[in-house]
Amino acid sequence: MSKKIYLDNAATTRVRKEVIDEMSRYFDELYGNPSSQLYELGRKSKEAIEKARKILANFLNAEEKEIYFTASGSESDNWALKGVAFANLNKGKNHIITTKIEHHAILHTCEYLEKFGVETTYLDVDRYGLIDLEQLKESIRPETMLISVMFANNEIGTIQPIEKIGEIAKEHGILFHVDGVQALGSVKIDVNKQHIDLLSMSAHKIRGPKGIGGMFIRKGTRIDNFVHGGGQERGRRAGTEGVQNIVGFGKAVELASQDFNHHIERLTVLRNRLIEGIKNNIPDVVLNGHPTERLPNNVNFSYKFVEGESILLLLDMEGISASSGSACTSGSLDPSHVLLATGLDHGTAHGSIRFTISEEITEEDIDFTIETMKKIIDRLRAMSPIKNDEDLKK
Amino acid sequence: MYSEIVMDHFRNPRNVGHMENADGVGQVGNPKCGDIMKIYLKIKDELIEDVKFETFGCGSAIASSSMATELIKGKSIHEAVELTNKAVIEALGGLPPVKVHCSVLAEQAVKSALYDYAQKTNKVIKGLENYKAEDDEIHCQQ
Repeated sequence: MSKKIYLDNAATTRVRKEVIDEMSRYFDELYGNPSSQLYELGRKSKEAIEKARKILANFLNAEEKEIYFTASGSESDNWALKGVAFANLNKGKNHIITTKIEHHAILHTCEYLEKFGVETTYLDVDRYGLIDLEQLKESIRPETMLISVMFANNEIGTIQPIEKIGEIAKEHGILFHVDGVQALGSVKIDVNKQHIDLLSMSAHKIRGPKGIGGMFIRKGTRIDNFVHGGGQERGRRAGTEGVQNIVGFGKAVELASQDFNHHIERLTVLRNRLIEGIKNNIPDVVLNGHPTERLPNNVNFSYKFVEGESILLLLDMEGISASSGSACTSGSLDPSHVLLATGLDHGTAHGSIRFTISEEITEEDIDFTIETMKKIIDRLRAMSPIKNDEDLKK
Repeated sequence: MYSEIVMDHFRNPRNVGHMENADGVGQVGNPKCGDIMKIYLKIKDELIEDVKFETFGCGSAIASSSMATELIKGKSIHEAVELTNKAVIEALGGLPPVKVHCSVLAEQAVKSALYDYAQKTNKVIKGLENYKAEDDEIHCQQ
């Protein structure tokens, strides 16, 4: 088999060498518990955490005391929603507004919160995955406590007008949570300019380690704690800190901030090359997501008359890793809720493939991927009993 | 995730393609569920002389169709009607639980093609007297 081409960077990323180097010291050399402040080893760990916190705060234009470390992006999402709900339910607030295309960490948490009397409005999206600000405004009730909208979608890459949503939330005195897991490092995030009150983050999407998440909580935000126990994270999130992971997160963000603009420019060029290449070489494809308001690393197409899992298996045989919105790959009955929310029919949604690139990808990799996709789609279409749009509608 | 045999049939599907002037054609599934199988039969003196399939679906759907065609090729129509999804799974060296419906679809596609042949030739195949393919929506939920 030829070279491996990893095009699933929205799933996770390869940890940067510099990140691993930085982390490695905190396993056997600087292993102190940051709560043990009476000896140097403990103090060193604490310092390392605070250094990482500062890097994140600077990157987001936040204050250090507004940054908290969690175990994952999902934990941050859970904390934001449950924490705000439990702190506000007894204040006569029981309504959350979110969207139909959120990550399951948001959707399933909202579903769970119904048990406690929380009501949720799920905003529609247009065919490009964008929400309608008018529908958002119309959905606001006196009981609305939180608006939660993802910065950028993990499947189709669509970037929401976060600043405008933030303005609306602020005008109405409603807290604004943003799931920034996919956006961090790919889109400029400024929590003040964009009026964000809570922001979920994850390290492993930006070439940091797995098992470490972060959350920005604007000071003064009414939110309950989520993990109860010791006094870590200024009493807001218990559990001995994963020092090495926090250090890795900090380093990953530091590196991302250093070549931020160049990184985005380079990825955008590669992304557009892949989009154009697929569009120009393979007939009957649909680009999912927004043509321009999209993550610089995301390419998501539906290939009509074929099914996604088959494409992934054939791609894997050529050394290419990607992912699909087909039901067959999710273990559920329906294809991706995101694709369906954009109005795509089931049959077309089953044939969707997401490629997410990284700075390790070259132009040659992109061209090889286009060529390989053309062969795979031709091969599967020759095998398919569905030959046209009419068959697809049956 | 998949057995070696499944991967082999996915990579090198047997009897794949369209058939002109088939004696029996059966199509089951729908695009909504994400899999459709179409089976074509060439039948002479109640023997399945040739069989072809076309499938829209995942790896195991393609492998199940391929295996089902192998299992009925050269058999009599009365033997072919006995083909079960379990036999397909067994021959494939197993399928993951969420993919069992692919083998059900393969069994139904074969039966549906045989029924089509019986209808066209005014024959009665034992076991297919009042055949009706499972509702597509039902297979979706298996």
